[in-house]
Parts: sequence; structure tokens; C-alpha cells
Amino acid sequence: MNFKEIADIILTASQADQTEIVYRLRDESLTRFANNHIHQNVTETNHEILVRCVSGSRCGTAISNATHPDNLRNLARVALDLASQQPENPDFKGLPGPAPLTGVTSFDPGVASCSPAERAKGVAVICRKASEAGYTAAGSMTTGAMRLGVANSKGVFAECETTLVDASTVVMSATSSGWAQASGWKLGSVVWEELAEEAVRKTRIGENPNDGQPGEYTVILDPYATADLMGMMAGDGMSAQACQEERSWLNGRLGKQVLSPMITIVDDGLDPAGIPLPFDFEGQPKQHVTIVESGVCRGPVHDSYTAGREPGTVSTGHAMEQAASERIGPLPMNLFLKPGTSNVDEMIASTQNGLYITRFWYTRSVHPRDVVVTGMTRDGTYVVRNGEISGAVKSLRFTQSYMDALAGTLSLGKNCKTLWAGGTCNVPAIKLERFKFTSSTR
Amino acid sequence: MATAQSRGARYADIRIIESRSQTAGVKDGKVDSLGDFESVGFGVRVLVGNAWGFASSADITREEIDRVTALAVDIARASALVPGQPVELGPPIQSTGTYVTPIRIDPFSVSIEEKLGLLLEADAAIRRNPGVKVSEGRVTCLRHHKTFANSEGALLQQTIYECGGAISATAVSGNDIQVRAYPDAFRCQGTGGWEYILDARFNDHAERVASEAVALLSADVCPSTVTTLILDSSQLALQIHESCGHPTELDRVYGTEAAFAGRSFLTTDKLKTLRYGSPIVNLTADSVRPTGLGTFGWDDEGVAASSTPLVKNGEFVGYLMSRETASQLGLESNGCMRADGWNRIPLIRMTNVSLEPGTWAAEDIIADTEDGVYMETNRSWSIDDMRLNFQFGTQLGYEIKKGKRTRLLRNCTYAGITPEFWNSCDAIGNEKSWKVWGTPNCGKGEPMQVMGTGHGAAPARFRNVRVGVYR
Repeated sequence: MNFKEIADIILTASQADQTEIVYRLRDESLTRFANNHIHQNVTETNHEILVRCVSGSRCGTAISNATHPDNLRNLARVALDLASQQPENPDFKGLPGPAPLTGVTSFDPGVASCSPAERAKGVAVICRKASEAGYTAAGSMTTGAMRLGVANSKGVFAECETTLVDASTVVMSATSSGWAQASGWKLGSVVWEELAEEAVRKTRIGENPNDGQPGEYTVILDPYATADLMGMMAGDGMSAQACQEERSWLNGRLGKQVLSPMITIVDDGLDPAGIPLPFDFEGQPKQHVTIVESGVCRGPVHDSYTAGREPGTVSTGHAMEQAASERIGPLPMNLFLKPGTSNVDEMIASTQNGLYITRFWYTRSVHPRDVVVTGMTRDGTYVVRNGEISGAVKSLRFTQSYMDALAGTLSLGKNCKTLWAGGTCNVPAIKLERFKFTSSTR
Repeated sequence: MATAQSRGARYADIRIIESRSQTAGVKDGKVDSLGDFESVGFGVRVLVGNAWGFASSADITREEIDRVTALAVDIARASALVPGQPVELGPPIQSTGTYVTPIRIDPFSVSIEEKLGLLLEADAAIRRNPGVKVSEGRVTCLRHHKTFANSEGALLQQTIYECGGAISATAVSGNDIQVRAYPDAFRCQGTGGWEYILDARFNDHAERVASEAVALLSADVCPSTVTTLILDSSQLALQIHESCGHPTELDRVYGTEAAFAGRSFLTTDKLKTLRYGSPIVNLTADSVRPTGLGTFGWDDEGVAASSTPLVKNGEFVGYLMSRETASQLGLESNGCMRADGWNRIPLIRMTNVSLEPGTWAAEDIIADTEDGVYMETNRSWSIDDMRLNFQFGTQLGYEIKKGKRTRLLRNCTYAGITPEFWNSCDAIGNEKSWKVWGTPNCGKGEPMQVMGTGHGAAPARFRNVRVGVYR
């Protein structure tokens, strides 16, 4: 049964004032390796039908993966029943209507048909190169295809296909490790030889690390670490829901110069350098939203609910799926940090005393209003002295305001990397004047 | 099983799972979310030679099961293109039987009105405090019907019920934001029926939660010093989860999580040689304690529920294991393989990893402390990929002076190194203050799996701990 048939059955059966259907058909495979061999290899075919029924200003949601017509009709009944058993919510202004969509492609048949044997060939490249260097490799490769459909009783009907490829590896010696990752929607986004060489090189220069000393350092961040800055900034406040609940770093700072003039952050759901989609989970067109412009805070992303709470505001096309458990609120899912003109080698050459960091790990918000985050460095923390890498240190813990760190931006790389972590970030390397580390691991 | 074996698999298992969950959430006096979720499907895992394959589908028909099983075998053959060491599974598992979580009230028999009513009542009590910016409450009810069979003859049926929920208040002033939650920051959850929610008595704690959130805005910031630290049992439960549960997962030790969740400092040379904690520290993994989120009849390899010591009188003595990893150590699985759905492969996961009760009355721990800080309810958590260097933040703290709680403290954090921290433990609360907490959001594996884990804990005291890392 296709999405049109599913939507027709539900819309015909529904007795609700308004009805919305979100359909996802996913075919996803993952090959995982460790100790230079494949230890896990999985594939999944699943579909999910979400029905949101509206009665007055009340919403109920029912989700199932069964597509029998009787089940689809029952979903509409369950969702309406849930909606009917609750008080009115004056903040909900109804489902959005149809709006023109811009065509955008993010589907590669090569990803959709990628076989386990093809994934194994790529994995073999990394394992071989790690083994040749006397190291061991671990990592994974995901290939997946998704068909997404959104329809509602106000005339929205939108459907698209997208693919995802994501590969990462950590290569390990007895005393060090190195990381590399590549993501995108085209199979060519992953070049296994490059991933292997990057991770092996990082492992080699990180061998025999010393204990790191806590303190404040100038840091050079690989795009992997820069992506964490963007992810935490997004989670701690690029959503209108966070702003309306006064837990966002944007609260009280709109129109103000908060970050370095070198920092411009946008979410552009249509930009093919990320993983674009033409519409969000309410079928609304993805808008280009400037969140920070030359260091000045401009505003968050909206869905129809948050827009409905602010007269004169419209959805920016950032609705997330109506999770059964919690209203997540809108989120930027195709984030871009505007690149600069530098590169990592130039950043290192211009640093007298600092650290060069591969990536951050287990980062958690400590104080969302200032984006204070704690976490660890991982898979390569290198000492920079007099313009050169002079050695490595063990992983360091930091507790640092990402806002303050970005206010002290010294330079940005000219080349960006697309990285998948639930959403997509397209980011360059970055050099920050000050970053505070509080302890070292053993 | 016949299809798998005819195509060359030397081992196969199938799990058919029907899951249903119902959730209700309120925020600021309005219904924030109300949903009903169901998912049905099956997953087939095969071992061909020394290579694993897994495939799954939502379409439970004979033809689809044959197709998916054949696909799993093909995938295993692809795995063999990058081969590893021989795989041994240990003694065959031929368990048969049924298990149902003991419940008093079926959570799916409770009306939506009653669920929302309970939440809206507590929410209204929170909002009576004008200093509260956001009030929230949520409940979740789950039921999993699981059928497991393997090529060795096991055939098992289980029905697991879970319920959980929490309320919270958020207060904002200027650039400060403070949150208080009850019973726990992560929606305390356990195996059981609706009685688990009723026993939590949200409404009895709503006003306190609100007033504490508001009071925290004007509290002193936790001092930055090295001092004696007393943790409440809910924060200690998360400390156990991160610094004992995860590092004792044997798949991490063997490196199969190296690229994602990380490895472990508890390498096999440390088994029965490392002093993990002080002599009063006893940690246990079990899947039998009532209400534990890791309580079941059999794990997802068909291994029966059990109880295993991990740390005995301070010495590190045991791991969380699967059949394959246990065989590598010359041991038998202690039943820790769990998958979060039909479409996921089982991984080594915590069951109920608990700090066994000590001998102290909870109030005596504070009365016996001359100078220190008491911390309660998690706010932030982070630990390195070897599970050594950690930093936690809590929602609330109190200064302790001369055996009494004195100043309220905000922005409390503490940090340490796992074995040093546990070796500094010199007092653990007794049975009266011991409680099984549930963490419903433990992430591990690729594709990511979210698992519920149980953790029994009582308040405990630790000496010479660095606090006030963030001011």
C-alpha cells in the first residue's frame, strides 16, 4: 500500500475536526566492526504511521507500524479518543494548511541499494590499513533510505525520498586513538581510504600521551568538535519552544552582538551540502533561517505550535515528528556554520601555546542559558607549541560556555565537513582563543 | 530455524515482539502530549561459521520470515568477508516457559482521564507558586509481549510491563534557571503496573518541588573545594550506572563498543585483582528484584534471570556478559543480553546494577559529618570513554556543618576518577533508605538502542571529593 492509499483510508475514516498523517518507510542497514573484523551486521525494514487527530484545540496521537486498513482506521479512532479526553489547549491554533514546496533531491539509488558485501569492502579497507600500521580499527557504516509522507485534512500532501550514508572509525594503538567520520546522502560522501588515513595518522601522532594539565588554552577544533558546539547550541536554544520557556541562550540576547563577528549560523533545510528535505513533519516548506548573523543573535526556528503562540509569526518548517511521549518542539536539522578562510595547518602554525582537538565526547548541558557544557576530549588531544604539534596529552575534561568560546573565535576553516548526528551539521575547523579544561583522565 | 540451518547457519534465534506504550504529558496546565504507540515485528539472528547476521521486518508472515532469515544468512556471509576470531556460545540454551511481570493494576485499563487528572492536579499545585516559569508532569506505560526461540530448542514467552513518570518545576530569574523534579530527573520508571505511579504520590511532592526550584534561584552557589560529599540515593543510582554498570559490560572490555559507547578501564587482568572500592562497597547485577527495570524471566538469548556479584567487599569480581563474551573468559553468561525492540540485535546491557545496603541510618550519615556537601537529584552527567573521569551536577545541594544541613546550594557539581571515588566511600545507608531506581534512557549501540536499567541505592558518603567545578 502506498502513502496516498494509506492517507485516503485514514482521512476517510477520521471523525476528527482535523487529521494529520505522517508516514515513514525506512530501509536501514548497518555494518559494525571492531578489532579489525565485522562483528555486527544488521538490516531493518519498517514503516511507521502516525495519526494526529484534532478535536477543538485538543490533540491526540496514535502511532503504529501495521498497515492493514482496519488498523489504519483504528489509529484514527484511538487518536481522536485521546484528543477527546483532555481539556482544550488555547495555545494550539490548528494544523497548518498547504504551502508551495521547493523541489530538492537527497536520494541516491546507490545508497538505497548498497549491499552488505559493498559495506564489507569499505570496512576491509580500514581494517587493512589499521592492521598494516600495527593498530586495530573499530567503527560502523550505515546506509539507509527513507520515504517520508505528510498529509492532512486541510489539503497538505507532501512526499519525498531521502538517503543517508554515514561511516566512522576509531583506530587504536596501545596508547592512543584517532577518529574519522564522513556523512552525506550520496554514496560518494564516504571515501574509505581517506577515512582510514586520517584516523591512522591521528593515532600515530597521539602515541604515548602525557598527562594533560588543567587550565585555559587556545584551541583548534577539528570539524568533529565544531559540530558538537553547533549541536549543543541547537539543543540549548535554537528552538522557539526553548525561547518561550525562557531556557534558551537566545533569551534576552536577540539583536545583540554575543558571538564573534566571524560567526554566522543558519539552518537551511534545502541546502544539498547537508541532507536536505523539502518539508518538515507538518508538511511545511523548509525555510532558510539565520540564527546568528556575524555574531548577532537573530532568532530561533519555529513549528506551527510555537508560531501560534507568537502573533505575526509563521512556521519556518522545522516541526519534528509528534513523538507520542513528549512535544519535542521545532529543531534545526540542517545546520551550517559559515566557513572562513583558514585551515588547520595555518591555525596550528599561528599558535604559540594551545591544544589541537579531534572531537568532544559525552557533552552535557550544565547551564543552558549560557550554553555551559561539560564533556571530554576524545581520540586525539595534541599539544601545539611554537606553531607545531609537539606531542599528545590524555583526554581532558572541560566545563566551558560554548557562547563565550565562540565569542573568542580567532579563525575558521575554509573547508566544511558534513556530519550526521541525528541531524546534519556542515561545519569547518575553528580556532578559539580561550577554552577551559578542569581535569585530565588517567 | 529450519530455513536458517538449511542455508548453513550453525545457530539461529528469532524474537517476535509486540510492544505498546501510552504516554501522557502536561505542561503549564495544558496537555502537552498524549499518545498511543504500538509496534509489531520480528528479528532473526544467525551465526554462520564465525560471522553474525541479523535482519528484521514488521511483516509477520511465513513468506517474510523465510525471506528475512535468508537475508540474515546472506548478511552473515558478508560479515565473513572481514573475519574475526572463532565464536563460541558455551552450553546450549534450551529454556522453555513463560514469565509475566507481577502487576496489581493493568496500566492500560486506567482511563486517560485518570492519568491526566493525576498529572494536572500536581501541575496545578506546582503552578500555585508564582515563581515557577514552567510546570511539567509525565507518565508512561509500556507492555512488551516477547516470544523467543532458538535453534537449540529454547521457546520462551514473556510479557513485561513498565510504568514511570515524574513532575518538575522550572524557575527562571535573570539569566539563571533552576529545575526541581520528583521522584527523579529522568522519569523514574520500573517494571510493574499502574500502582508504581500511584505509589509515587506526585501530588504530595508538588508544592515542595515548586518551592525548592524558586528557592534555588537565591541560594548560594556551591563552593569550589575538596570536601566530604553525601549523595542521595537517586543521584547515587546514576553514579552506579555510569561508573560501575557501563565499565563492567564485557563487550566494552573486548572493544566492540570502542567506536561509539567507548571501552572500559576494567580490563580482564583486573578481574579479582583490582580494589574497585572500599571494603563496604558491594555491587550486584540482578534481573530478579521486584520493580527493577532490568527484571525479567530470561534475557534476549534465553538465559534465565539471575544475580551476580560485580564488586564484593570492594574487590572487582564480575562482569555483565553475553554467551559469546562469557565463553571468551571461560565462563557462562549471566543473562545480560537485551534488545530494545524486534528490529534491534541484543547487546550486553545492564540489568539491575545496585549498591547493596550498608549499615548506616541515613540521618546518621549527615549527623556524623563535620563538614561537607549533600547533593540530590541529577542535573547533568558526563564520563569519559573508559569510564574513569566523571563529572555530575545535581539539582539541589546543602552545606553540611557539624552534623546538620545548613545553607541551600545551587549549581552543585562534583568530579572524580571512578576507583578513587569508590575507594573513598566510608558510609552507606541501610535497608530503610535503600530504593530501586529506574533509568529509562540508557543509550548504547549502533543503531542506537535505548534501554531501561534498574539501580538500587541508599544515600552514601564519600571523602575528599572535588565539588563546585562549575560556578
